[in-house]
Amino acid sequence: METPLLAFDQVSFQYRESQQSVFNNLSLSIAPGTITAILGPNGVGKSTLLALALGWRKPQAGRVLLAGRPLNAYSTGELGRWMGLVPQSEDPRFEYSLLEYVLLGRAPHLHPLEMPAEADYQAAHEALETVGMAHLQDRSITTLSGGERQLVLVARTLAQKPRLVLLDEPTSHLDLSNKIRLLNILRSLVEQGISVLLTTHEPEVAAAVATHLVLMRAGQVQHAGKLEDEFTTGLLSETYGVPVQVLRADGRRFIIWGLDENLPAKVNLE
Amino acid sequence: MALLALLLAALFLISLLLGRYPKPGFLSVNRLMGDPMAQTLILNLRLPRALVAIMLGMSLGTAGAVFQLIFNNPLVEPGFLGVSQGAAFGAALGIILGGGAWLVQGFAVGFAFLGLGGSYFLAQRARFGGWVLRLVMAGIVISAVFSSGLGVLKYIADPLSQLPEITFWLLGGLWSVTWVEVRSIILLVAAGMLIMLRMRWRLNILALEDEVAFSLGVAPGRERALILLSATAVTAAVVSVSGIVSWVGLIVPHIARRLFGADARFSLPGAALIGGCFVLVCDDLARTLLTGEIPLGIMTALLGAALFSWLMTRRSIKVR
Repeated sequence: METPLLAFDQVSFQYRESQQSVFNNLSLSIAPGTITAILGPNGVGKSTLLALALGWRKPQAGRVLLAGRPLNAYSTGELGRWMGLVPQSEDPRFEYSLLEYVLLGRAPHLHPLEMPAEADYQAAHEALETVGMAHLQDRSITTLSGGERQLVLVARTLAQKPRLVLLDEPTSHLDLSNKIRLLNILRSLVEQGISVLLTTHEPEVAAAVATHLVLMRAGQVQHAGKLEDEFTTGLLSETYGVPVQVLRADGRRFIIWGLDENLPAKVNLE
Repeated sequence: MALLALLLAALFLISLLLGRYPKPGFLSVNRLMGDPMAQTLILNLRLPRALVAIMLGMSLGTAGAVFQLIFNNPLVEPGFLGVSQGAAFGAALGIILGGGAWLVQGFAVGFAFLGLGGSYFLAQRARFGGWVLRLVMAGIVISAVFSSGLGVLKYIADPLSQLPEITFWLLGGLWSVTWVEVRSIILLVAAGMLIMLRMRWRLNILALEDEVAFSLGVAPGRERALILLSATAVTAAVVSVSGIVSWVGLIVPHIARRLFGADARFSLPGAALIGGCFVLVCDDLARTLLTGEIPLGIMTALLGAALFSWLMTRRSIKVR
């Protein structure tokens, strides 16, 4: 079998301030060249899982392996060239221009005392072009809306050019057109051989873009596997603890839910 | 930026010639050539004083910009982690113990670092909040402790000799500066400034959240500690010879960001140059405006407030 890109091996983790453990003996592996969506209700530990994958949080027991090597065998700089994180939101207090902000993504490729060069500016500009914001590159980041800012964070990670992109709820502030733009960007990353791991609480997002699905509930991985095996009425209802129904049309999957136990019995697809 | 550097050089030359000898105003170059008294005056008094004024402004401006970025808070100034209050307490203690200038200066530096160390220690012990919040809280606590200690020292100080000296120290001033003071701080200031300026692009990343900074290949804890230590070192060094000079560390970074944008690659050297010019002008006014000295801290607060309110009410004026 191929070495997984990222593997959690019997990982247990709990926050220092807290009595309760977030994960107990969690095992999971992510294959290279995939888009894996971690799906689960709020507060289930999705963001913590990303922090562990990144090496920022260290498990109390078990190991996290990147390309077969434990994370602590990598230097911080190496990790920055391997993996990039798109946080859910960021609140810059000072008036950076978009270009300056995206340029920060080049940090893992530069020596601590080095200043960004022409090639770095080029990479930052291209990343802004990819998210469709190059024409705003001299605008101040503090003037952007939440959705625009989320796209800038994506651009910063694109400028970083990592081999594995981690995204935390990347569509939470995006309107429909920007959501589609982002999901297309993720798809093109995979075509370039870059792997994607994202958390989301929106099943539609996972259904639209993911190749693999990880269903989490109460600090445990309930199920993990290919999208078509996991995105089912039974498994999603179990994960969220409410009845949902999965429909298929044209090879795509849709999820339907209602405000009470009664799901719509009849669906007209137009 | 080059223009600012030129301005600083010009101000430096003007400061050397400006003063109240032989009469208020400028000393002509002709006079300087033929008057050994004037030469001594410039070499031994005005030159070291102007150098310290520039170092003071550069250090406080740069350190202020660093602190504001790292704490992601535009209202922070370089002395707030217990550094200013620690230095003030140390200086007052030195004065009360009847020590000479070197004891006052040494105590000021020592207690400034004690203030930083105390804040750091307390922040590490705190059980809640993020690292930045814990540091800010710890800084407030340590500052309060030192400021109450300073109150006690003022209370027991001899009201005729020691109390005025403490009060003058707290208002700040450079009237006693000679080459001895320049030599005592220049190494620390140069080392701290070098570290801050060389790491200035990286500083932008240290201003991000820890997890994000880590994902960009930066070790946030270690690198932040190094740069905070540098900022504190230069602040403690200059404050130990000047006393408390308010407003420079707070306002100069704002002016620099308005002119050069937020990116520390440009705003940090900008803050250094603006700070140097600003304190030099303030000190020139402080020593020439009246027959007696005006405390520098009063001048910087007055001029700084005026300059800042003018900048605040103008629309954006980016030069880059």
